[in-house]
Amino acid sequence: MQSTETDLIRRDISGYLASYQQKELLRFVAVGSVDDGKSTLIGRLLHDTGMVYEDQLAAVKRATQMEGEEIDFSLFTDGLKAEREQGITIDVAYRYFATERRKFIIADTPGHVQYTRNMVTGASTADVAIILVDARLGVLQQTKRHAYIAALLGIPHFTICVNKMDLVGYDRGVYERIQAQLSEFTKDLGFTSVTFIPISALKGSNVVAKSEHTPWYEGKTVLEHLETVPVGLSYEQSHFRMPIQFVIRPNLDYRGFAGQIAGGVLKKGDEVMVLPSGKRSRVKSIDTFDGSLDEAFAPQSVCVRLEHEIDCSRGDMLVHPNDLPVVERHVEAHLVWMSEKALDPQKTYILKHTSQSARVQIDHVRWKKDLDTLQEVPAATLDLNEIGRIAFSTHRALFFDAYTTNRQTGAFILVDSLTNDTVGAGMIVGPADGAEKQDLDAAMKELRAGSGLTPKTQVSPRERFERMGQKGAVVWLVGRPGSGRWSLAYALERRLFDLGRTATVVDPTDEDLRSMLSAAKAGADAGLVTVCAFPSYQRADRKALRDKVGSERLVVVYVNTDEKLCRERRPDADHDAFEAPQHPDVTVALDQVRLDEAAETILDVLGERGQFTDARAYARGR
Amino acid sequence: MSQIDVSSVLARRLTHLQLLEAESIHILREAAAEFDRPVMLYSIGKDSSVMLRLALKAFAPKGAITTEGIGRALPFPLMHINTTWKFREMIAFRDATAKGLAFNFIEHINEEGVKAGMNPFDHGSNEYTGVMKTVALKQALSKHEFDCAFGGARRDEERSRAKERVYSFRDRFHQWDPKNQRPELWNLYNGRIRKGESVRVFPLSNWTELDVWLYVLVEKIPVVPLYFAAERPVVKRDGTWIMVDDDRMRLEPGEKPVMKKVRFRTLGCYPLSGAVESEATTVEEIIQEMLLTKVSERQGRMIDHDQDGSMELKKREGYF
Repeated sequence: MQSTETDLIRRDISGYLASYQQKELLRFVAVGSVDDGKSTLIGRLLHDTGMVYEDQLAAVKRATQMEGEEIDFSLFTDGLKAEREQGITIDVAYRYFATERRKFIIADTPGHVQYTRNMVTGASTADVAIILVDARLGVLQQTKRHAYIAALLGIPHFTICVNKMDLVGYDRGVYERIQAQLSEFTKDLGFTSVTFIPISALKGSNVVAKSEHTPWYEGKTVLEHLETVPVGLSYEQSHFRMPIQFVIRPNLDYRGFAGQIAGGVLKKGDEVMVLPSGKRSRVKSIDTFDGSLDEAFAPQSVCVRLEHEIDCSRGDMLVHPNDLPVVERHVEAHLVWMSEKALDPQKTYILKHTSQSARVQIDHVRWKKDLDTLQEVPAATLDLNEIGRIAFSTHRALFFDAYTTNRQTGAFILVDSLTNDTVGAGMIVGPADGAEKQDLDAAMKELRAGSGLTPKTQVSPRERFERMGQKGAVVWLVGRPGSGRWSLAYALERRLFDLGRTATVVDPTDEDLRSMLSAAKAGADAGLVTVCAFPSYQRADRKALRDKVGSERLVVVYVNTDEKLCRERRPDADHDAFEAPQHPDVTVALDQVRLDEAAETILDVLGERGQFTDARAYARGR
Repeated sequence: MSQIDVSSVLARRLTHLQLLEAESIHILREAAAEFDRPVMLYSIGKDSSVMLRLALKAFAPKGAITTEGIGRALPFPLMHINTTWKFREMIAFRDATAKGLAFNFIEHINEEGVKAGMNPFDHGSNEYTGVMKTVALKQALSKHEFDCAFGGARRDEERSRAKERVYSFRDRFHQWDPKNQRPELWNLYNGRIRKGESVRVFPLSNWTELDVWLYVLVEKIPVVPLYFAAERPVVKRDGTWIMVDDDRMRLEPGEKPVMKKVRFRTLGCYPLSGAVESEATTVEEIIQEMLLTKVSERQGRMIDHDQDGSMELKKREGYF
């Protein structure tokens, strides 16, 4: 804390507090790796603005066993015990300090690639991003990655602190090279401002006080920059949006819709529309605990009463009827994956957007970003810390703006319906059909349309696999009449059952081959090992089988019992029509091996294919 | 396109306190809407007083107030975990607050602990706090099947709190696993839980001690008089002043209470709450002293520095 401030506090506390109450709030995210000096910079800001108390200072000194002047500033910000032991920060930490002008909330995030989700979390609410670059190392790939993520998360002001200038002798050339490289890289990322500051966090150069070592630098110090960069986001002044959180209804005479305004301004008397009902009314009053307001604006939390008794509940949104958000069930978005378990496009997730939740299906993963090269590469899924572009459908319409227009109405999270974990963070790009304009009629049609989800199973093959410990498959036995196919089928079913697997035999009936193929497929879809020995003497029959079931989960067993024996057993059958399979997965001859041995041979093939989760248990079971 | 009215745009800017208030109201409404059985933990201190005012701001807009009392507007009850060793002035303040606003109020005491004669003298602050606060809280949450408990904790209080989420997930044993917390982005909170699990919700996460006092000042929020300096009977222990609040206080041989002008920065059980010598008798003077002093808030709270990182251990076990 500066001494003039201290004097003012001592002399005129009322005056000081009156001005203190007028402070603005700025949120920034600080990103850097262990060695970039980020913790030191934050520790320095806290220390030099008087936010470190003596007992904390003492605790830090105790922890480092240090005496005297040399303080390890990074220790002010190290939190959890496990992390102190590891010596690194592994989660987003929030820190606070204030100056005469502003209060600051710092989201302190580790910068390593495996912590992308932490940076994204910290960046989601930030007005400013501060990225540290080690002057000795120059622009690294991770610097570009951080810039990309900051831009993706819609942070308007991007600040690069070229740190450790003391270690390069405060060399202007070093600084300017980094500046030139990164200016080029960031110019198309859409930041409102990009600022470079040469600093030494360790020595305090250009952090709070201007450094005498950088006379060639005419810009602001880090703190000056943070105190003067514009706060507030442009959408706060634009399109009016208010998601309803809670209906306040203490008695029959009062019904108020409570929420935090997510964009724009609402005035008493305004005509408003409720989404999704499309009903219109006028604002009767805008209420707060302290009284009614003539107007309210983002991000105020208010309670709105309407002139008409119209239906409105949590998850609905109040808007101006001539200024609608996009109303859609098919949406394109950027998605950051935050779970150890990869995105499963077959699965239904829960999406939370403003105050509403909806079931969602992933229709496409368009691409993912290679975070080293920042190239878009094809992908079928997203793993932990990966960022990609997806198309999804929701079971009912969302009302949203593009994330670049409004960070509140353009953002969503995905929740795993089984574990309830937050697994993804999304930024809406727009409607899936890319339409830029939507008229009122189209919006209303969308609102009244049925589910955007194609009716299909909401249980993905992977979920079944995890539950049942096995994948669905069809074991199809091919052989001459009298080869013993059915006996082998039932022996195999029994053996699988004894091993704790779930299997069934699709029985002989009067059905035709097509019906049997459908039945076998249904069994495999349900996750069963489905065994069938229905006659399929022709190669064309087996092709139909392969087409229906798919080769990857089909095991064709050729029951190659001696032809003479078969003819003896089934003299009535047409043996000449039989065409032997060309590429069976297994061949067994029941005149040479016992039924149980043949069954084991088939089991081996299933095991090798990764049919079961626990291959060792399977082996022990034998 | 009409011209933008610059003056109105400039006027539409919230101060940092107004922004914090709007954010906290959003959190309170979100949790109240999404959980089946929320409860607000009321600890009588200044943070609880501020949290309570924010709850009224969230659910009791002017004009919606019923004749039964303003507190009836809250969609959840208040609950106080009483260790039976609170300052008498705290209990008096609590009862007056509950009665004046007609809150739906629950008091919970760990009766087994009382029967076992738990006290801060014989059992040490760790064991005593564990039984009378942590265990008591878990008992109460389970008994009433609360799935969401609002607490007044702030991230600036202690280092391990800096990483705490606004929605802090607890398993069915009410335990906190720092490695198993959900990412929290924008203002989208994930309140989905299974039966038996619960979430502690901290609407004041982003407030600092100074913000809380400023809000008390600006909003004229009543607080327990113990925060203001007055002549009180105290004894010196481990470098801090402990108030002799009733005759249960055990004095060491030769120890004699003296009258000192002191106040408390944090309030809890009286034998564990250290007082500081002070002349501050108004909120402004408290803030003035706070800005000029350099000792952080929790130092007066003796349970924290039994060992470095002790708050984290307590939280894992279910402490607030």
